[in-house]
Amino acid sequence: MSDFMQQPIREAPELAPAWLRPLQQRGREAWQQTPFPTRKTEAWKYTSLQALQQRFVAADRDSASTDVSDIEFPQLGGPTLVFTDGHYSPALSSRELPDGLSVVRFAEADDAQAARIRELLGSAVAGSRHVFVPLNEATLADGVFLDIQPDARLEAPIQIVWLTSGADAALALSQRLLVNCGAHSEATLVETFASSDTGATAFTNGVSELLLGEGARLQHCRLHLEQDNAVHIGGVHIRQSANSQLYGFHLALGSDLKRIDLVVDHQGAGAHCELDGIYLPRGSETVDYHTCIEHSVPHCTSRERFRGIVGDEASAIFNGRIHIHPQAQKTRAELSNKNLLTSHKAEVNTKPELEIYADDVQCAHGATVAQLDPMTRHYLRTRGVPREEAEVMLSYGFINELVEDLPCAAVRDFVKPLLASRFARNPRLTRHLL
Amino acid sequence: MLKIDNLHARVENEDILKGLNLTVNPGEVHAIMGPNGSGKSTLGHVLAGRPGYSVSAGSVQFLGEDLLAMDTEERAQLGLFLAFQYPVEIPGVSNMEFLKAAVDAVRERRGEEAIGSVDFLKLAREACKSVDLDQSFLKRGVNEGFSGGEKKRNELLQMMLLQPKLCIMDETDSGLDIDALQVVSRGINEMRDAGRAFILVTHYQRLLNFVEPDHVHVLAGGRIVRSGDKSLALELEERGYAWLEDAA
Ligand SMILES: Nc1ncnc2c1ncn2[C@@H]1O[C@H](COP(=O)(O)OP(=O)(O)OP(=O)(O)O)[C@@H](O)[C@H]1O
Ligand SMILES: [Mg+2]
Repeated sequence: MSDFMQQPIREAPELAPAWLRPLQQRGREAWQQTPFPTRKTEAWKYTSLQALQQRFVAADRDSASTDVSDIEFPQLGGPTLVFTDGHYSPALSSRELPDGLSVVRFAEADDAQAARIRELLGSAVAGSRHVFVPLNEATLADGVFLDIQPDARLEAPIQIVWLTSGADAALALSQRLLVNCGAHSEATLVETFASSDTGATAFTNGVSELLLGEGARLQHCRLHLEQDNAVHIGGVHIRQSANSQLYGFHLALGSDLKRIDLVVDHQGAGAHCELDGIYLPRGSETVDYHTCIEHSVPHCTSRERFRGIVGDEASAIFNGRIHIHPQAQKTRAELSNKNLLTSHKAEVNTKPELEIYADDVQCAHGATVAQLDPMTRHYLRTRGVPREEAEVMLSYGFINELVEDLPCAAVRDFVKPLLASRFARNPRLTRHLL
Repeated sequence: MLKIDNLHARVENEDILKGLNLTVNPGEVHAIMGPNGSGKSTLGHVLAGRPGYSVSAGSVQFLGEDLLAMDTEERAQLGLFLAFQYPVEIPGVSNMEFLKAAVDAVRERRGEEAIGSVDFLKLAREACKSVDLDQSFLKRGVNEGFSGGEKKRNELLQMMLLQPKLCIMDETDSGLDIDALQVVSRGINEMRDAGRAFILVTHYQRLLNFVEPDHVHVLAGGRIVRSGDKSLALELEERGYAWLEDAA
């Protein structure tokens, strides 16, 4: 067991509201009993945790007012909560709430709210195999609880932004989001993680739990825009009741290490989920997405499309697990993972992991790793498009199909130029993309 | 405009073109016919600079310059256009952005500015009308899921927008319905002028009824084995290629 993280674990209790202490205590115990993953641990086979082997500290409260104006995040117009180094930044936030939505920070919850949070918190991660969830709980000082009333139709996207300021000390940040979507409610939720590209390494452990009530519809985007020195190990744990519909859009720019676990548990018949994801590591970055769809009941459908462009000496890991339980008849599950390598030294490990215990199901999966198709590039060039621009257009096109399907226009408009600039700094090469 | 002299080219270590000569002057329409596998498409690809197609001997002058020394995009920017026999699908790249990138590249080479988006949209819509493609095709991925005939129309659409000097059309008439054949012929005829030349690769006399060629050539075994006027096409329709292949 590595002794890293002992310091933030010690510091955390002082910052947290009293009612969180038992949760912290449980997390601490679980974390200390968990063997630290190594490359021999199946779920961590291709992902090194070397980046965590240093001294981390918890951020102090002052960081809430740190200047983070250089960090870009989407301006979506709806309710927005911004956290800087784990602490709430009211000046950057906007809490004008529509009817049907309540937003409570753990740190400001009154007794009734705290009781409600305690009742729901952890219900989607329960039983999961994610070793870093206990660490999140052990060091949790604050979090956000979104409660969406049954039948509410929330038009404007709700955004939670976690900024990492680039402080001098290596910060360990535990962030937690709990969302309860009432029956037949509709909402759009955007989680954005962004960091300054200066300062020491920061380690973010962000855990989100999304609970979808019967017939609820949620569009959920999780944008990982953090820079190189930001290590992120986190996940989204989703529980879907009958006939609920989830659309998820995931984006990860690379950094020294990003490991995101997405777990969707279909617990009510007729639930449907779609997960789209894009990852773009370059340099010596690593992005690792582990997805898991638990089909626990009959008549549910899932569709996953993840695409990655991996350049330089970067590496990407995609593991797509589909677990169809014996009683989950009439399940339809689709999984596709496509990777584009733009360098000979880039590396991709992609693996579908199917466990199917029901017989009347349809399950399709496919994974590809390829380089740019020389014929498509040639075709563009025969029309006069310069080689470099053709390559940018084709790379962008490879992920653009998923971006185009993003239902939330405001997020789409933010993401497109960001992605384009990722492929070429020279605007001449990206001018025809937008 | 184009002068091909003793062109030898190979694909995957296989000699395909074996001493091909052809001269095309501005304003002319040349038809190239010939049996399957004789090297017609190879000629187009070599002229357009397709990777993997290597020239082992001979020379090609285009507008007085050494064509073979140029990159593919440079050839296109100078005014060479190849309508592909099998147009390539590019999912994720919209037809619109593709067309504008192409038009801008060609304009900028001529020292003009990139075209404004509004002007371009207008131009593209008009071009859609003339090739009888619905405007929704501008938003779709390049050739993605287009039917065979729609792909051919899209090639013609690109040609109209780029206004090239030399148009090489590789079986653009194959797989077209009767109306589409009219559309394509009309498009070519409208673009015919004294400064522009066409090389039409075709298997059918049909197209040549609508677009009257100045010269007809037969390509067989990697060489032009017979050239003549439009009556040669009629003769081929009647007699096939065997009599020429024997001669070659
Ligand atoms: N990549 C390749 N490897 C090997 N041979 C090839 C390759 N590409 C083309 N060829 C061969 O080159 C020859 C000429 O092909 P080409 O496509 O130029 O014929 P074509 O005259 O256009 O025929 P068609 O009328 O059927 O379109 C054929 O025998 C073909 O099999
Ligand atoms: Mg051919």
